[in-house]
Amino acid sequence: MASTEASTTDVAPDSATEERPIGFGRLRRKEDPRFIRGIGKYVDDIKLPGMLHGAVLRSPLAHARIKSIDTSAAQQHPKVHAVITGKDLEGLGLAWMPTMSADTQAVLATDKVRFQGQEVAFVVADDRYSARDALELIDVDYEPLPAVVNARKANDPDAPVIRDDKEGQTNNHIFDWEAGDKAATDAVFEKADVVVSEDMLYPRVHPAPMETCGAVADMDKVSGKLELWTTSQAPHAHRTVYALVAGLPEHKIRVISPDIGGGFGNKVPIYPGYVCAIVGSILTGKPVKWMEDRTENLTSTGFARDYVMRGEIAATNEGKILGVRVHVIADHGAFNATAQPTKYPAGFFHVFTGSYDLEAAHCSVEGVYTNKAPGGVAYACSFRVTEAVYLVERMVDRLAVETGADPAELRLKNFLKPEQFPYQAKTGWEYDSGEYEPTMRKALEMAGYEELRREQAEKRERGELMGIGISFFTEAVGAGPRRHMDILGLGMADGAELRVHPTGKAVVRIGVQSQGQGHETTFAQIVAEEVGIPPEDIEVIHGDTDQTPFGLGTYGSRSTPVSGAAVAMVARKIRDKAKIVAATMMEASVDDLEWEKGRWFVKGNPSQGKTIQEIAMGAHGTLDLPDGVEGNLDETAVYSPPNLTFPFGAYIAVVDIDPGTGHVKVRRFIAVDDCGVRINPMIVEGQIHGGLADGVGMALMEVIQFDEEGNCLNGSFMDYLIPTALECPDWELGATVTPSPHHPLGAKGVGESATVGSPPAIMNAVIDALRPYDVKHMDMPATPGRVWDAMNGRAEPPQ
Amino acid sequence: MQVTMTVNGAEVTEDVEPRLLLVHFLRDTLGQTGTHWGCDTTNCGVCVVLMDGQPVKSCTVLTAMAAGHEIDTVEGLEKDGVLDPVQEGFMEEHGLQCGFCTPGMMMTAKALLAENPDPTEGEIREAISGQICRCTGYTNIVKSVRWAAGHQVAEPAAEARS
Amino acid sequence: MQVPAPFEYERATSVDNALELLARLGSEARVVAGGHSLLPMMKLRLAVPEYLVDINDLGGELDYIRVEGDEIRIGALTRHRDILASDTLDVHFPIFRDAERVIADPPVRNRGTIGGALCQADPAEDLSAVCAACHAQTVIRSSSGERVVSMDDFHVGPYETAVGDGEMLVEVRLPMRSGPGSAYEKVERRAGDWAVAAIGAALWVENGRVTNAGIGLSALGNVLRAGRAEEALKGKPPGDEAFEAAAKAVAEDCSPATDGRGSEEYKRHLAAELTRRALRRAADRVSEGV
Repeated sequence: MASTEASTTDVAPDSATEERPIGFGRLRRKEDPRFIRGIGKYVDDIKLPGMLHGAVLRSPLAHARIKSIDTSAAQQHPKVHAVITGKDLEGLGLAWMPTMSADTQAVLATDKVRFQGQEVAFVVADDRYSARDALELIDVDYEPLPAVVNARKANDPDAPVIRDDKEGQTNNHIFDWEAGDKAATDAVFEKADVVVSEDMLYPRVHPAPMETCGAVADMDKVSGKLELWTTSQAPHAHRTVYALVAGLPEHKIRVISPDIGGGFGNKVPIYPGYVCAIVGSILTGKPVKWMEDRTENLTSTGFARDYVMRGEIAATNEGKILGVRVHVIADHGAFNATAQPTKYPAGFFHVFTGSYDLEAAHCSVEGVYTNKAPGGVAYACSFRVTEAVYLVERMVDRLAVETGADPAELRLKNFLKPEQFPYQAKTGWEYDSGEYEPTMRKALEMAGYEELRREQAEKRERGELMGIGISFFTEAVGAGPRRHMDILGLGMADGAELRVHPTGKAVVRIGVQSQGQGHETTFAQIVAEEVGIPPEDIEVIHGDTDQTPFGLGTYGSRSTPVSGAAVAMVARKIRDKAKIVAATMMEASVDDLEWEKGRWFVKGNPSQGKTIQEIAMGAHGTLDLPDGVEGNLDETAVYSPPNLTFPFGAYIAVVDIDPGTGHVKVRRFIAVDDCGVRINPMIVEGQIHGGLADGVGMALMEVIQFDEEGNCLNGSFMDYLIPTALECPDWELGATVTPSPHHPLGAKGVGESATVGSPPAIMNAVIDALRPYDVKHMDMPATPGRVWDAMNGRAEPPQ
Repeated sequence: MQVTMTVNGAEVTEDVEPRLLLVHFLRDTLGQTGTHWGCDTTNCGVCVVLMDGQPVKSCTVLTAMAAGHEIDTVEGLEKDGVLDPVQEGFMEEHGLQCGFCTPGMMMTAKALLAENPDPTEGEIREAISGQICRCTGYTNIVKSVRWAAGHQVAEPAAEARS
Repeated sequence: MQVPAPFEYERATSVDNALELLARLGSEARVVAGGHSLLPMMKLRLAVPEYLVDINDLGGELDYIRVEGDEIRIGALTRHRDILASDTLDVHFPIFRDAERVIADPPVRNRGTIGGALCQADPAEDLSAVCAACHAQTVIRSSSGERVVSMDDFHVGPYETAVGDGEMLVEVRLPMRSGPGSAYEKVERRAGDWAVAAIGAALWVENGRVTNAGIGLSALGNVLRAGRAEEALKGKPPGDEAFEAAAKAVAEDCSPATDGRGSEEYKRHLAAELTRRALRRAADRVSEGV
């Protein structure tokens, strides 16, 4: 039937400009307008009618029996509405909750406290000041117990058993895990000309996002619905866990992550404070807000790393790397609260095979309990890839020093070659794509490597200390294939929904959660790229479990690899359906249509076409659609990636060290990243910048230490030091693009690359600078005092 | 006790406890939540506002101490629908990611440019050295301030882009 | 964020009024100026005064840097920011600008005062060492009058000064002698951090000999001034030999403790190293200043 509508076929789709690409490209962020006006909505900005405030009383001791808790004085405070202890929660079956690693964690301590800072009681009061006052009125009688603080000593025969709450737990052992072929690796080491071993610690550090963790819990007694505004990187996963834990029906739980002031893995776990806020709301019938302070954040929430590693590397005399072997003691704190796929208790550590063509590799990891805060997987570790890359890049540098090889040449000699991809690594990974040499050479060129080495030689003659450090990393991110990867049984696939409205505007709903990564922009750009609707006409909805499809959240750099792919897939479904609608509108055959971004047109007759906006109106209209094709222009998709993605990069750090004080200055940092196709290069670069600053932090100043009694020594920003603008150089970035063959967009994700790759680059530079002092290795952080100690032959781990 | 001060050009009078910190006064009493807080020890600088035109950490100023003074916060940057060049600069140069430290950074930038209209990169880094950002690695914040320096408004303002 | 316990608040209208309030309210009253030493402690509830006497309105009486006779006088309420910016001070005592550059950070310097810093007497605080090196005198006032106290006597120990109940520090006085040069050297783990160790040195040189020397220490234990090192410099030509002797004395006489910032051994090493550097720069400035 001939179309009687006014012809708009000669109106071109909105033309893209360089400033406003329709699709991929540098685009100002759509979320910025509210942030620069100070009208972002973070959890502490939430104010509900009648809202009360909660505060947590925490244990001052690392290990102690609780003899009694007297809350009577607190309860009598005129502004206090409720005081909750472990005993009260026991009655509700909520004193313990599952962790993301299927262990249990105390919500409020009942029998013992097991780390300094552990939650012991919860107060609900009119306002935050009164809540804080009321904490001082609670009297807890503790019987101190000896504490296990050093992971290496957790298995000592006389070590106190921390988790005596667990049936059958008679020691501090959590798990044993291994990957690779032990026999083959041992054989390789036997025959090798050169074997180098090194003990190294990746110290405990903390993601410390600028916004601390918190929640506003609002239980509606009448409807039975719980609304929980919370700092969560994974709202749907949290919702399901609350359903399992609290016995609340899942459709009656709404988890809303509003704007989040940084996550970095710190906001993946469910914290006792959230559960207490929920209970507080149930008990008082009012909304209850709990926002932790910074000390609580640093001493009780998900820390990162704390891997005690022994690395070994085997090579020929000619510098061909044959194998890498690692043993790890993993310090998980008092409860195993790490979040990583179930089958991988050591995360993706077994990517320590790195970027090199090895004959064999093997790792064994033992997880242990200690009297410290629970956690380990956080701070942009990509599930322990930070530890893996640090290990292998330090060992490669160790090998270079041992054999007199240049660290750049040694790497170039041993890189995997492009024709080896997809590459079956010796520990089970299939690396999707990689072309390492051009990336490395680009970094060397940008750095002016030869010139730097010349300068270094001159300086050395004058007794000046200058170091050049290289790190070449291959990451494994984008978890993951749902058959193999789940968290608490929830497969790591992600859903996406796309609806195009009659007037051609669109809404895309996703299961990941931005904490600053710019999802409201990049996901709109993905839809724009696939469907041709301008990004400003696409609304991205995320963070509200009532409004978005199920997804596992944002961490492990998975947003682009998994959710981005889901969005690409659903957008393609829309495009495919649009084709049918267009064909119907133009009374053409589907096979005769061709696509250019934003419109379907008749092959050979480009002026006869329909824009996506016109198609959207048509789809909602009165067209006689073919059998099997439903009206409207809405689609859903769930994407389970076939594999992880493997972004890589070459980083070079240049440092200067004051020989009189040991003070390290990062003079330059060159970073060439290959994260496959880049959706928004501006956002990609921003992600890299942030991660590089993390490297300066971890390499030079960040550490969480404890004394022998388990007192945390870095529980505030006075002692947990984060780099300022004065410690960070002007980052020098380069890019190569090696698409992922299996990702619909060819993109690999980049969120954690820089945090992964930068610490070894800086430490390699520091140790390189200290060559005149014959320093083979020193652990992070390279504070002035620790550098000076290393110069004087006393390189010790921080604990 | 009663306090009166000027906030973003408007006089406000409220009854507060002496111990109420300025950051909480702004956020909770006045409901202007653009100013954030991030630590317990006056280190992070997320809470920076301008007091008589100078950046101060509002978590370490008592509301009572601020009485009689002029406080400027992020909410006062946009005037009559026109964004401040600092705000434009941060958007243009991707000087923010999660946005949490951004209000404080912008206020410091504004104060810096009022005193030093053409700051060097080093001077910008020095000016923001009391404020931590965990997302951006600072390079783009410096670029944002440089952009604002180059786009200071001397004549009638350009239209605000939303 | 942590918040203070309740207290009562008074705003002084003059120095006399402040003193009167302090006398009346007794030992549970604390003076607050910039508040960047006191308020953080109150938020952590390490300090719980019942009364705060806010002296921020007393700038007219207490906020100044001026030359009076052969002294530079700094009012106790002078902010770090203004000390940093003061050319008057920088010409005679560049050690102040050196130090202020590395004291805390810009927003904190907009509020904190020299009076607050000296009265807090944090063992890792910088201005105490600076004032000690400059042979400063402090002026303490009460409603019964004023007394002038040397920096040595002012700074009693960690968090303890000579200011008693009902008293206030009102002024710091620096002697203007001929041939001055001074410098501050500080090692910190990161910008804005407390000192791992710091040394302030002041030299007065005439006819090629050191007539007077001041060496102030920060974060090196309960030793504020290195008297023996100062003596080792007097009468000597300002050069490496004398500086070496002074550095050695400082290293021996300080009493650093091992902590998160560094080992005792490292800090003693820094004591010597930073003394050498501060003295060399101070001596350079003597030559430049002629």
